[in-house]
Amino acid sequence: MSKNDIFQPIQFRTPLSRARGMGSSHHGVSHFITERVSGLALAPLSLWGVYSALKLIGADQHTVAAWLGQPLNAVLLVLLLVSALVHLSNAVQVVIEDYIHRFTSKSALVIGNLFVCVLAGAVGIFSILKVALTVTGAH
Amino acid sequence: MTDTSRGLPERPMSPHLQVWRWHITMACSILHRACVVGLWVGAVILAGWAAALAAGPDAYAGYTAVLGSPIGKLVLLGETFAVFFNVAYTIRQTFWDTGKGFQPRIADMTGAMAIAFAVVATIVTWVIAGANGAF
Repeated sequence: MSKNDIFQPIQFRTPLSRARGMGSSHHGVSHFITERVSGLALAPLSLWGVYSALKLIGADQHTVAAWLGQPLNAVLLVLLLVSALVHLSNAVQVVIEDYIHRFTSKSALVIGNLFVCVLAGAVGIFSILKVALTVTGAH
Repeated sequence: MTDTSRGLPERPMSPHLQVWRWHITMACSILHRACVVGLWVGAVILAGWAAALAAGPDAYAGYTAVLGSPIGKLVLLGETFAVFFNVAYTIRQTFWDTGKGFQPRIADMTGAMAIAFAVVATIVTWVIAGANGAF
């Protein structure tokens, strides 16, 4: 079997369908590309997250607040949270769409997934900025 | 390319779990899905951690006490594995996106490597966590 056999397009799609480029989900490949790109961003950020978590084990609130008061840590933590939520909300939506077939349950779960992720992002970013911008000289 | 079939096209179906022979690539795929759902919970835990930090010393002490409880540690252990497996899987998927790594032997090998990396990295992380006073 040659290497390219699996990439041969077979006549599953009409020329018009190919020209539209929307695919079976009716909105093209944007969802897929969003997952790939946010995943690439998340990989190094999540490793930094593990490293930071190890550094902050057992630290009290003042120590952690001082850590978050350093601009680099605050920016990286916001980026970690945002890229994680973008990546995971997209990924979990696909899981829901794959396993839940009833329209109302599926829609409710997809919307609920979005709401939880947006809420977690809003609460998380506000909290990070509040700590980072108000912490004063604690060590 | 120009021949257009009439009627319902023969679309390829993804086989159901019950009729699949258990092997490493499908195990990785299912494990990755489980990890993604786990990491979704982890992202919410992270946002809650930030909120507790912003709420003050008492809230933060309470939140980290829950995370440090036996059940909390078990959850964090799972999250650690999920983070590392997701990193390895992202690298694997990126090679797939360039069209490489689909040969069965290579796909088996990279799958096994992803699991091995996640297991080893999780153990190393928790040994360091123990040395840093997690227990």
